[in-house]
Amino acid sequence: MAILVDEKSRVIIQGITGREGMARAQLMKDYGTNVVAGVTPGRGGQDVYGIPVYDSVEESWEKQGPIDISVIFIPAALVKNAALEAMAAGVKLLVIVPDRVPIYDVLEIARVAKAKGARFVGPNTLGLLSPGKAVLGMIGGRAQRAREWFKPGAIGVSSRSGGMTSAISYYLTQAGLGQSSIIHVGGDAIVGLSHPEIMELFEQDEQTKVVAMFGEIGTTQEERVADLIEAHSFTKPLIAFIGGKAAKSGTRFSHAGAIVEGTRGSYETKVKRLRDVGAHVVDSIFDIPKKAKELLK
Amino acid sequence: MARLYEYQGKKLLREGGVRVPEGSVAFSPEEARAIAERIGKPVVLKIQVWLTGRAGMGGIQFADNPGQAEDKARQMLGMKVKNYVVDRILVEERLNIKSEFFAGLVMDDARKCPLLIFSSVGGTGIEEIARQNPEKISRLAVDVGDGVAEFEARNLVRKAGLSGSVMLQLADLLTKLYKVARAYDARSAEINPLVLTAEESVYAADCHLVIDDYAVFRHPELGIEVAREFDRPPTELEKIAYKVEEKDYRGTFYFFQMTERIPEGDKYIGFHGAGGGGSMMSMDAVLNKGFKLANYCDTSGNPPASKVYRAAKIILSQPGIRGYFASGSGVASQEQYHSARGMVKAFREENLRIPAVIRLGGNFEEEAIRILGAYLTDLPARVEGYGRDDSPEFCAGRLEELIAENNGALHIVQPIADPKIPKDAYAFDTLTGRLSIDHQKCAACQTKGCVGACAPKILKLEAEKPVLAIPAEDARKGKCTECLACEIFCTYHEQKAIFIHLPIPGLKEYREKILRG
Repeated sequence: MAILVDEKSRVIIQGITGREGMARAQLMKDYGTNVVAGVTPGRGGQDVYGIPVYDSVEESWEKQGPIDISVIFIPAALVKNAALEAMAAGVKLLVIVPDRVPIYDVLEIARVAKAKGARFVGPNTLGLLSPGKAVLGMIGGRAQRAREWFKPGAIGVSSRSGGMTSAISYYLTQAGLGQSSIIHVGGDAIVGLSHPEIMELFEQDEQTKVVAMFGEIGTTQEERVADLIEAHSFTKPLIAFIGGKAAKSGTRFSHAGAIVEGTRGSYETKVKRLRDVGAHVVDSIFDIPKKAKELLK
Repeated sequence: MARLYEYQGKKLLREGGVRVPEGSVAFSPEEARAIAERIGKPVVLKIQVWLTGRAGMGGIQFADNPGQAEDKARQMLGMKVKNYVVDRILVEERLNIKSEFFAGLVMDDARKCPLLIFSSVGGTGIEEIARQNPEKISRLAVDVGDGVAEFEARNLVRKAGLSGSVMLQLADLLTKLYKVARAYDARSAEINPLVLTAEESVYAADCHLVIDDYAVFRHPELGIEVAREFDRPPTELEKIAYKVEEKDYRGTFYFFQMTERIPEGDKYIGFHGAGGGGSMMSMDAVLNKGFKLANYCDTSGNPPASKVYRAAKIILSQPGIRGYFASGSGVASQEQYHSARGMVKAFREENLRIPAVIRLGGNFEEEAIRILGAYLTDLPARVEGYGRDDSPEFCAGRLEELIAENNGALHIVQPIADPKIPKDAYAFDTLTGRLSIDHQKCAACQTKGCVGACAPKILKLEAEKPVLAIPAEDARKGKCTECLACEIFCTYHEQKAIFIHLPIPGLKEYREKILRG
């Protein structure tokens, strides 16, 4: 088991002929991801590393059969259209890699996803990887490295930082601990699947015994994970690190956020909420492997 | 998040059909007087800064006539509040206030939609009022497809305890507020106070709009100079850095100064992170050693060597730093040698005299560390490269030791010399610069190693001299990835025939100004 993706998932790459799309197509294919097609309007008929390219998502579905996942490498300003196209064709999981997608575009994608029963990871995500099975996005950079750095095992990793997704997983591997799935939920204020939704998936996954979470200041994601633990909807041991302790709180410009969220979003609140419900909050990411070993016993 | 000043926000509200007090912005006491004359009524003068609580700072003053307005403006302009020197004030008609409300729009990350908030109490201390009177606050989750319907806005106001004509006016305003926010990609909007006058008219008496950085490109009409979340106007160096970012879409470059003038005696360093999470972790490591950061910088998302080079040059435009610390997550997916080459070129040009510790963990870190080790041995400063198995704490410790060995010497900013390129040199344009090869020098070259070093393989030998193997147009469009490998090889091992000119507009002048003191 793993969450969201395994070696059988049928994947397409939107923007496969671009600089990033091409480089990451190679990573995904070499790692073993079942990439069945690529899409770049106007480039239908070409191929990239043996992956056939089509003019639209609908066409790739017609020619290659049902598509489970689309990984999007499209300039930020065009991401919304690409996402809507994939969902219109029937794709139920999107991985939106680009950075700098306008926030209202993300909200519109979220609205359509909800109506169609689709989900998305990102935007501004490095992607996700189920060790030994499949990678979506660019985690690991090259297949060979991804195989060295990440090993199958019992730890689920969910992170709001791309680099730290790899770093935590790598340090776990170094300590002899493999991972079930590792996910960068994306660095933006509004993302598709956020920490709490990922925790719910890890809860259902038999392979996952312990979860490591890299949180950050801002948003309510970590507080909502605490809510899940409190409601017994997430029952597996959770190790959490919250970044941004040193960030100065600064001068606040807006009252509205404070009215809605109160003190939610701050470093202190997140740490306290998580500790109160029994999560293991560590002060350094280098403490995660040791803690995970204890919890696995 | 690009913030708009109150007067800019009010202009957008007015255009969107929201009633705002008559007035405009003044940059001098004389202008303030002229505006007050035009209004012909008692006025209020408000400093234009991105801060709340202006009244308590003396930033809101009243004037009964134009002469008074001029005097008050003279006192207010040049006022120093927090990080600001006040350079503009809003002069507008004074309202006859009967009661105050609050309206705001924020992003709800849990529900993934905008949230419209209305409070039937408003004004100073709204957060406390909200805590004590939750029944006076109402919220509406907005459907971005449908927008805010009149009936929804009416219910929002009604639930906060208002009715009658005031409710209708407020509901109308709320629908318009959302339309303006949506039209300008505002990720937050706030009117506090929202005022009911003695004449029973509703006015937006204040306005804070924050535009989504990522959507600023859709709104050139707003004239936003730096689409970044600052709580003060950007510094000159930040503006120079932002121009670099704007002109190069490859990867992300963020630069923020903690201080423009480093106090004597304090241990400041230049900071160069990669990726938000890793940067924060790395910052903590150096802060724990008792260092202070002159700046925060982040180059991530697979930037080319040329962008990292420019970032390093900008960081090294800060006199008084004692060291250079670069560190990211430690296990980056991107090829790390691009960053290494960017730093090598910058450090060589600067003839670096302060120590640098560079933690470039991730893909091809071995190659990155080799580059840092091989090409900087002739510099006065020690530069050490580390990888994924070296913790930020260890690296910060190394920096501390190297700075001590260097007796805490301060970085001295160098002037930027114009490149000396022979007129007849072979040259072609790259995406953001120009590469030149002095073919006369190539005659003495033994290895022709530049051709082999070129990562995208776009150089070839012609009559024993390196030239482009592709059309110049392709090189200019990005086939030359500005990996800098040819220049670094030629500079260190061969004839110093290759030079890649990567201009940073404004930096030369900035450094001259610093050198003049």
